[in-house]
Amino acid sequence: MAAVTEAPPPLAPTTPDKKPPRRRGRLTPYWLLLPGLLWLVIFFALPMIYQASTSVQQGSLEQGYKVTWHFATYWDALSEYWPQFLRSVMYAASATVLCLLLGYPLAYLIAFRAGRWRNLIMILVIAPFFTSFLIRTLAWKTILADGGPVVGALNTLHVLDVTNWLGWTAGDRVLATPLAVVCGLTYNFLPFMILPLYTSLERIDGRLHEAAGDLYARPWTTFRKVTFPLSMPGVVSGTLLTFIPAAGDYVNAELLGSTDTRMIGNVIQTQFLRILDYPTAAALSFILMAAILLMVTIYIRKSGTEDLV
Amino acid sequence: MTTTDNSGDVRLSGISKTYGSFTAVHPLDLTVPQGSFFALLGASGCGKTTTLRMIAGLEEPTLGTVHLGDQDVTRLPPYKRPVNTVFQSYALFPHLDIFENVAFGLRRRGIKSVKKQVEEMLELVQLGEQARKKPHQLSGGQQQRVAVARALINHPKVLLLDEPLGALDLKLRRQMQLELKRIQTEVGITFIHVTHDQEEAMTMADTVAVMNAGRVEQLGSPTDLYENPQTTFVANFLGTSNLIEAEVDSRSGDDIVLKAGGGKLSLPSARCSAPAATGGKVLVGIRPEKISLTAAADAGEIPEGRNRITGRIADSSFIGVSTQYVIDSPVCPEFEVYAQNIDRDARLVPGAEVVLHWNPAHTFGLDAAQDIDAGVESVEEEAA
Repeated sequence: MAAVTEAPPPLAPTTPDKKPPRRRGRLTPYWLLLPGLLWLVIFFALPMIYQASTSVQQGSLEQGYKVTWHFATYWDALSEYWPQFLRSVMYAASATVLCLLLGYPLAYLIAFRAGRWRNLIMILVIAPFFTSFLIRTLAWKTILADGGPVVGALNTLHVLDVTNWLGWTAGDRVLATPLAVVCGLTYNFLPFMILPLYTSLERIDGRLHEAAGDLYARPWTTFRKVTFPLSMPGVVSGTLLTFIPAAGDYVNAELLGSTDTRMIGNVIQTQFLRILDYPTAAALSFILMAAILLMVTIYIRKSGTEDLV
Repeated sequence: MTTTDNSGDVRLSGISKTYGSFTAVHPLDLTVPQGSFFALLGASGCGKTTTLRMIAGLEEPTLGTVHLGDQDVTRLPPYKRPVNTVFQSYALFPHLDIFENVAFGLRRRGIKSVKKQVEEMLELVQLGEQARKKPHQLSGGQQQRVAVARALINHPKVLLLDEPLGALDLKLRRQMQLELKRIQTEVGITFIHVTHDQEEAMTMADTVAVMNAGRVEQLGSPTDLYENPQTTFVANFLGTSNLIEAEVDSRSGDDIVLKAGGGKLSLPSARCSAPAATGGKVLVGIRPEKISLTAAADAGEIPEGRNRITGRIADSSFIGVSTQYVIDSPVCPEFEVYAQNIDRDARLVPGAEVVLHWNPAHTFGLDAAQDIDAGVESVEEEAA
């Protein structure tokens, strides 16, 4: 025990590497960024610049278009198509609210109550994606068909009387009304609401629920004061992922709506592909983008998600 | 906060919990008197946390009842019980600041003016400055104090602590042990503390219940448990014990005389928890710090009347205040002896022949039908 061992000799001083670190090693991250950057430039930045220039051109198909900085196109487009803009925002907002109301309970169920059924329900949520967007939307045409069982049931239950009064449906029809378009939007974007909601609910520590219960919070209070605030990141990303594409969507209005339910996406599509008025179509696209950016910015500020953990 | 009423008594009558075919807690009767600091001690999976959760209402007992004072709370949901819990990982609300975390319970009970109470409570746990910070901005020790403040502010009848110090480093843990003990003495609320750390249980609690495999093995004051273990599990789990299998030889007065490995040992019959019929087997126990070591050459100087065992030092480790020896003896291959470093005998090195001797009054006797190694795997906290 008393034996004194010799301390190990100090390590030979390592000679500092004279050569600076190799250049290639330091540049590797940038090389790895390159494919993504190229993709962005070719498929995002260049088309944006091209469309921006188109929006301020004048001319016709026969004589060709020239950049004349004709910003009046924007004003003209907005003053002619503002009802469609407004309608797009309202339809997209309604669909987003419906998605939230339908999606939140389902995401909550999957996250906290589903147990061993969790994976199965998740697959069922994603399953519609295995079919084409168009086919799914066309299927709704059958579901909401005039004189079909759904419309019949709604009629018998006098639901249609209410929706007619609200102006969402007309007469005995659901198809070709605002209700049909909002239904289609809700259905098509529901998974984009459920998945982020589920992710943020699932991350909540179950012990926080127990702690809230222990501190005299009834189940509903626990939900209001703990679960819901902690799921806010999911609510915000879910609503954005639903609202943004829904506002620009034209397939649902095209297949399930009528000329009275045209959304801004339909207008842009017609201007580009049928009327071939490229400047107006490009201007409308930019107005839509700016409007969405503005709304999203205000929304994120208001919901205060930057503050959440 | 008088201790004369019994409204803070916790009475568990025959409560048990089973999950499918697994029994987490066997039917258990337990009374924790108002104002006491009670510890449930055991290794992980022994049912101590399940017992605590049944008192909190987070787990419903399969059988039996839970009473707080005279009130049967067995079927009450947690939010209706006058009981608060300090959770193992604190479970602070990450989206609320410290002030709101502490105010949570008061607000839920509809108390409007919480400012004064919360500030006083934050002062009590020395976190007045941190009121507007979020939990993740605090250190582990501070978070732990928030968790205590958040529970205590409600003046519960009983405060439940589920391994509250498990996540802290050793030094902080010591400090918080004393802190919690101080708070408990100050507020006079019944504390029920779940821990796997025997030293923590002994430092803080007035009464300790040692649990093993869903049962309470023994209940008593820390001194009582340490000096008079009733089972091999308690003897091995709480500190270290040397257990020797011996045969009952005869009785002399109040002592039982036993034969072990050729020698004779004496054991006060009052300290034997097993039936000791002549010719029967008994496990003889002795704590390592009660034993003296003498080099075999000096065996003649050992006073008469002490229990003796001979052996050879197999290993020794010097740990500052004491030296721990492992002795190879005919009756027990790994006899542990802790000797204070007062006058160190230079002859006591590995390989030396020695005599171990102790006052027979320190010997205890256990039922030999038990597993001699029960509870021995538990990680030993560094002994002094």
